Amino acid sequence: MSTLTPAAPRKSGHARSTSRASSTTGPLRHGKSRMDPTRNNTAAGIAAWLLALLFAAPVMWMILTSFHSETDAATNPPSIAANLTLDAYREFFGETSGVSPWPSLINSATASILSTVLVLVLAIPAAYALSIRPVKKWTDVMFFFLSTKMMPVVAAILPLYLFARTVGALDNIWFLILMYTSMNLPIAVWMMRSFLAEVPVEMLEAAQIDGANLLLTLRKIIAPVAMPGIAATALICFIFSWNELLLARVLTGVVAGTAPVFLTGFVSGQGLFLAKVCAAAVVISLPVLFAGFAAQDKLVQGLSLGAVK
Amino acid sequence: MTTATARISRPGRNAAKPSRDSRSRERALAWARRAPLLPALIFLIIVTQLPFVVTLIISFLNWNSLSPDKTAFAGLENYATVLTDPDLRQAIFTTILLTVSVVLASLVIGLGLALLLDKKFIGRGLARTLLIAPFLVVPVAAALIWKHALLNPTYGLINGILTWVWALFGGDTAPQLDLLSQAPMMAVIVSLVWQWTPFMMLILLAGLQSRPMDTVEAAQMDGATPWAIFRHLTLPHLRQYLELGGLLGAIYIVQNFDAVFTLTAGGLGTANLPYAIYQTFYFANEYGLASAAGVVVVIGTIIVATFALRTVFSLFKKEAAR
Repeated sequence: MSTLTPAAPRKSGHARSTSRASSTTGPLRHGKSRMDPTRNNTAAGIAAWLLALLFAAPVMWMILTSFHSETDAATNPPSIAANLTLDAYREFFGETSGVSPWPSLINSATASILSTVLVLVLAIPAAYALSIRPVKKWTDVMFFFLSTKMMPVVAAILPLYLFARTVGALDNIWFLILMYTSMNLPIAVWMMRSFLAEVPVEMLEAAQIDGANLLLTLRKIIAPVAMPGIAATALICFIFSWNELLLARVLTGVVAGTAPVFLTGFVSGQGLFLAKVCAAAVVISLPVLFAGFAAQDKLVQGLSLGAVK
Repeated sequence: MTTATARISRPGRNAAKPSRDSRSRERALAWARRAPLLPALIFLIIVTQLPFVVTLIISFLNWNSLSPDKTAFAGLENYATVLTDPDLRQAIFTTILLTVSVVLASLVIGLGLALLLDKKFIGRGLARTLLIAPFLVVPVAAALIWKHALLNPTYGLINGILTWVWALFGGDTAPQLDLLSQAPMMAVIVSLVWQWTPFMMLILLAGLQSRPMDTVEAAQMDGATPWAIFRHLTLPHLRQYLELGGLLGAIYIVQNFDAVFTLTAGGLGTANLPYAIYQTFYFANEYGLASAAGVVVVIGTIIVATFALRTVFSLFKKEAAR
């Protein structure tokens, strides 16, 4: 592809280094270190680890604080080695206040899981018609799907709110499920198409020649290739639905309120409640952390809508 | 080779004289191909396009739900208000500032991290997992943690560490930050950069790993400096990945509601358009005005999206050509 034009071809053929190109470690990368690839990588490794710990620090602090008592959580300087306790979790689950987060967690699970199922039911056949047996102008259809994702939610939320209010669907989990389905459908179609496009054409042709019917082809050739893709798509749609706040905040209330809506109750401070906030954040983020790490290998492909492998 | 697939999908096209029978069969076949696509397409048109058309109509109305009898056609009045009202103008400016700064900062940091993670070192997998973690915290929860556990002026971790470090060197009056009230925009930006950097890193890392290594090795053999290799080989290759990450990020961050809502409740000039629109229709009940502002967001997004679509399309064409 790109033709090579070395800017300064010094002593050519000499000092071949096996290390890969980078500029981030600055002076270390020049001169002597180029002869010694292991040292390069050690420096990069240390830098990467320091940054990784820096980025993960808020998450680790959130988890640690959630296991502290409220008085230990609110000290300056921080009490890192304070005794661990589950009090904050008990408080979050409503031991003294009596306000249980369970209805909102169940609402979130319902909305996320059911909308993900609906998305897959709609997206898989669509992706099939866009990759394996493509319709004419299938690229145009793809870009129509994508363009709907680019419309900000705020531009459609008022009519949706008014419609829900008129038909009595406000604070109804099913209406939210439909909204989440439409929110994730374009992403799912793009993802699923990129996964289905990996099904080898030769195998499909061979199956056709051998007289395999559609069901057999689906089961024996397409499913094995597509299964990991379907799983990754499902996990990413689940994450997006679970995280969503604006639609849930506007369209639901006391009955169908989701976990993020429940979390907004912690926006303004309430005295000593830091450990409780952290416990709440941990509990509500757990499903996403699990889903995200489970989908780690396909996360890039999913997040880039299948454009990057 | 899109043309190849397209040709296969048009059986009988090369036949000299298609009979009426075969033509109707061809049409039935085309519909059979389209059938699996239709449910998704129709569903999406109803749920996303229809409401936008309604928004467009409302944007030309003078409609406040508190005084519904005064509802009337307003022409472009709402649009004039959106562009002249100081709060909404500020919201437009805030949206642009927020989007541009978050996207650029997370791209630059993400590129640095991707370059580091592209090398082999001990525990690389674990470091990568740790780096992804910020992206996998529920956005509202992340904003809450930043607000209460990290940036809180009295017992937040950042001020706590400042006190601790000062005490370590014998000082007892450590400087204490109060980002949330002194530089609220900075607080929102920092928390969003923290959440979005992993996203950029993942896309750029995938880009780095798809780099053809033979040219890099050849350049190394020829004695090219690491900087020259980065500048002339790596960066041109990464260009489309940088564009993709930046534009996808921009599309999400333009729409950001969670961080603004949680960290600052839109106070002190941090209200972006999504938050301002939410306020306008949810609390002020100005339906016409909110809709006009919504249409303005869409126009802005279309401008960004045109570039985004072009980038995605260039990657997509490459893939479709295989």
